[in-house]
Amino acid sequence: MIPLTYKTIRQVAGPLLFVEGVNDAAYGEIVEITNALGERVRGQVLESGKGLAVVQVFGSTLGLDVNSSSVRFLGETARVGVSDEMLGRVFDGLGNPRDGGAPIVAKEKFDIVGSAINPYSREEPSEFIQTGISAIDGMNTLVRGQKLPLFSGAGLPHNVLAAQIARQAKVLGASEEFAVVFAAMGITSEEANFFMREFEETGALERSVLFLNLSSDPSMERVLTPRLALTTAEFFAYEKEMHVLVILTDMTNYCEALREISAARDEVPGRRGYPGYMYTDLATIYERAGKIRGRKGSITQMPILTMPADDKTHPIPDLTGYITEGQVYLSRELERAGIYPPIDVLESLSRLMNQGIGRGKTREDHRGLADQLYAAYAQGKDVRALSAIVGVEALSENDRRYLRAAERFEKMFVAQGVYEDRTIEQTLEIGWEVLAELPDSELKKIRPEYIQKYRKKASGG
Amino acid sequence: MADGYVVRVSGPVVVAEGLEEPKMYDVVKVGELGLVGEIIRIQGSKATVQVYEDTTGVRPGDKVVNTKQALSVELGPGLLSSIYDGVQRPLSVLREESGDFIARGISIAPLDEKKKWEFQAQKKDGEEVVEGEVIGIVQETPLITHRIMVPIGLRGKLKGLRSGEYTIRDPIGSIATPQGEVELFLATKWRVRTPRPILRKLPPDSPLLTGQRVLDTFFPVAKGGTAAIPGPFGSGKTVTQQQLAKWADSNVIVYVGCGERGNEMTEVLATFPELEDPKSKRPLMERTILVANTSNMPVAAREASIYTGITMAEYYRDMGYDVALMADSTSRWAEALREISGRLEEMPGEEGYPAYLGRRLAEFYERAGKVVVVSPDKRVGSVTVVGAVSPPGGDFSEPVSQNTLRVTRVFWALDASLASRRHFPSINWLTSYSLYVDTLSTWYSKNVADEFPALRKEALEVLQKEAELQDIVQLVGYDALPEAEKGLLDLARMIREDYLQQNAFDEVDTYTSIHKQYVMLRTILAFGRRTAEAIRRGAQATQLSSLPVKSKISRLKWTPEAEVDRLVEEIEREMGEQIEGVVREAVAQ
Repeated sequence: MIPLTYKTIRQVAGPLLFVEGVNDAAYGEIVEITNALGERVRGQVLESGKGLAVVQVFGSTLGLDVNSSSVRFLGETARVGVSDEMLGRVFDGLGNPRDGGAPIVAKEKFDIVGSAINPYSREEPSEFIQTGISAIDGMNTLVRGQKLPLFSGAGLPHNVLAAQIARQAKVLGASEEFAVVFAAMGITSEEANFFMREFEETGALERSVLFLNLSSDPSMERVLTPRLALTTAEFFAYEKEMHVLVILTDMTNYCEALREISAARDEVPGRRGYPGYMYTDLATIYERAGKIRGRKGSITQMPILTMPADDKTHPIPDLTGYITEGQVYLSRELERAGIYPPIDVLESLSRLMNQGIGRGKTREDHRGLADQLYAAYAQGKDVRALSAIVGVEALSENDRRYLRAAERFEKMFVAQGVYEDRTIEQTLEIGWEVLAELPDSELKKIRPEYIQKYRKKASGG
Repeated sequence: MADGYVVRVSGPVVVAEGLEEPKMYDVVKVGELGLVGEIIRIQGSKATVQVYEDTTGVRPGDKVVNTKQALSVELGPGLLSSIYDGVQRPLSVLREESGDFIARGISIAPLDEKKKWEFQAQKKDGEEVVEGEVIGIVQETPLITHRIMVPIGLRGKLKGLRSGEYTIRDPIGSIATPQGEVELFLATKWRVRTPRPILRKLPPDSPLLTGQRVLDTFFPVAKGGTAAIPGPFGSGKTVTQQQLAKWADSNVIVYVGCGERGNEMTEVLATFPELEDPKSKRPLMERTILVANTSNMPVAAREASIYTGITMAEYYRDMGYDVALMADSTSRWAEALREISGRLEEMPGEEGYPAYLGRRLAEFYERAGKVVVVSPDKRVGSVTVVGAVSPPGGDFSEPVSQNTLRVTRVFWALDASLASRRHFPSINWLTSYSLYVDTLSTWYSKNVADEFPALRKEALEVLQKEAELQDIVQLVGYDALPEAEKGLLDLARMIREDYLQQNAFDEVDTYTSIHKQYVMLRTILAFGRRTAEAIRRGAQATQLSSLPVKSKISRLKWTPEAEVDRLVEEIEREMGEQIEGVVREAVAQ
């Protein structure tokens, strides 16, 4: 089909163009818009009817007018060319080179929306990924093919943590090829530089593909950036049989872009002005993590989002939590106490943990130990709140034990260095040391035979 | 014949013009690919269609064909152990046809058309039969005998009915009705949005036993009842639903994964075939139908998926079976409604949900029930519906939770603060309720133990009292409490930790028979009564709480069913001795 050009823009409203006289624009079709100054931007058809197409513009609407600007319908839906040459390169939010290198010559082009994985084709994620971070490995284990977001807040060290995970993550006893796909939506250039420097210094850059949409870049691009990144990741995972870790940051900016489009279209808003279909939309991103039976590669996702006002019930973390397989929750309280990484394990969760741990994977006592640590820490925190009212003296001996256990848990188990890479054995041993505060009779969540076998009698108990 | 054509497309909503005789809920095929959709609004010559597949690439002018049939499911042997998407396409066959990613515009027969089933006729030629009457059986799986019934609306004389091997497309005989002869097949079709007819509903009077202590003992749901599990994310909704699907003592389970995670469905697919039915030792998959429409699959098919599920459930109910349907999660279904309603530019009700949300939810739950099915032998079957609700931010005041609570009779309140201290199942014992408790107490007294309802009440009272005492402890500290109340707190803690908490991932603890539940509860409460008595006689609560017999009591949940009675005997003996010992010491001092 020959691409048709229209000069019948009737209205420009926010990121939307209303083009008249178009009779057969396909839903989702990509258009190229030339503004009065001769500059070109891309857009996509959001709604198509007889005589009218609504186009969402990716990029700036600066210089667009109704008289001389033109819209060319390209007759194809959004596709991206990918190839192995992309490793080690940096692109902008639309996939154009940002590092001054040559454009990518791709043999194949892929639809960026991607079809849903048939649930029947999925393989249950079960390979333990050792991140070297105790609060994750011990308490909220990450497995290959999982999507585990970081719930963070403004000013918390989520970037440092994400970089540490990208640096240290490995599957024990395996030496398969792996890659990192990094997609940034609306982050500052400082943050972007931090990640680039991290990747360069540790030599991770040559195994990485970076898509950077900075705060100064057009916000509408952000709707495409994660999809480009995931299409690239799928290419490396399923065509090149690599294990891909996808880091998406910051999903909050992505959702704001969605809201902007929705508002411009006068849609009925859902909670806090976010569109009613945000759950479905986010699902089409997050659900692209996984493993497929009979294929070697995998996609593990670690989206990062900053919770507005640290509010977990805000629609963005809320809907994300309903789709992803758990969350790693960063706490301002721990951050203030000087603990890095400030992971609040009580608010965190890994839904696929059970598949990745236990005998033959980590260690047989892992589940019980983690449950006991959870319970002990939760109780210890309750006691801490109580002692603030009644004073430590009024606590029973048992309560004081829990108080000490909670202290040790935060200081020894959760806290560690930015460059400290703990093995799973080290993590579990520290866990047992924390429990040394408690007598055997309090350890109800661990099978007695494991208590016998692993408990350090020497250090107390 | 004139085909219609597309005039407008916006996401899953397509407006078509020029369709031949469009009727509400007719299924249409859109575009070159033949994407399946359903007519949901008619305005003059225009029909609005919700499309069950991604509409990217559809453009005005594309043709639209009306199949003139309402959305239906095919019902017959082969349903069990299948896994379908929201519009009953078998995902395993879909994989063979389109690979690991779901392609569009593929239509597949829901049931295997080539497989031959051994049909045993139970009626003879020339016999008069009426709708719902069983004319023969097929052994569908070793667990379930599929009863072939006369389709609804037919009556007359049987002709040429023979036992033998048939596919679902071979006629097994015919029936001479006043309107003419109608061929009979092993499979029939039914419109998903119409409930299958029944003669009358019966009051539910026996519990759906699930092996989950907090549910069976404290908040039971009756066979044919309705239950809601609302809870914020991470509170264990899905694990609870899956535990129900694994262990509930119904004959058939329909599990609808509605807008949920792909990996979770995979987990179900991976674990169910390996799990055994506790009674028959057969794989659980042989009594299960899965409907999986994950969150990234098309939103309109998500809307249809719960109807697809419940229609299949009703079909097995009509054979006289007890069926349980788990829907995870109805909130995602409601969001699909909202999304489509928004695209139709309907006037929104609360939080953007359409004004008919409450009605649609009520209609859905009303399809549950213990019923006398349409049949001459007055068979009884039941459909129990358990719906998960995912309230945004864990706030139960939102429309989906509220509308669900209005129509369900059991409320299992999942609690995030329990989940974060790893108390699982994190069902809050203070806010949950079951309106079936009174009607079921007769069953419990008769089938478990006379004193069971009383034990249940006693345990709940202890927990209630604990909640009140906790408030006081917050102010004055534990040590300031009188000894009797310390004892009560210890007992409440035992009920919580040794009884209510149950580990879904432990081989033994994952399922507790109702007999074991009774024995466990009796033992714990007996310990409580004896320690209370000992405290009255002067013993200290702290001494009693560190008795060695307590660790034996907490071991009960890990103890296999066969060894429980022996361990309980041992506990009862030691309990007496040890408590007496403490009292003697206290009195001597």
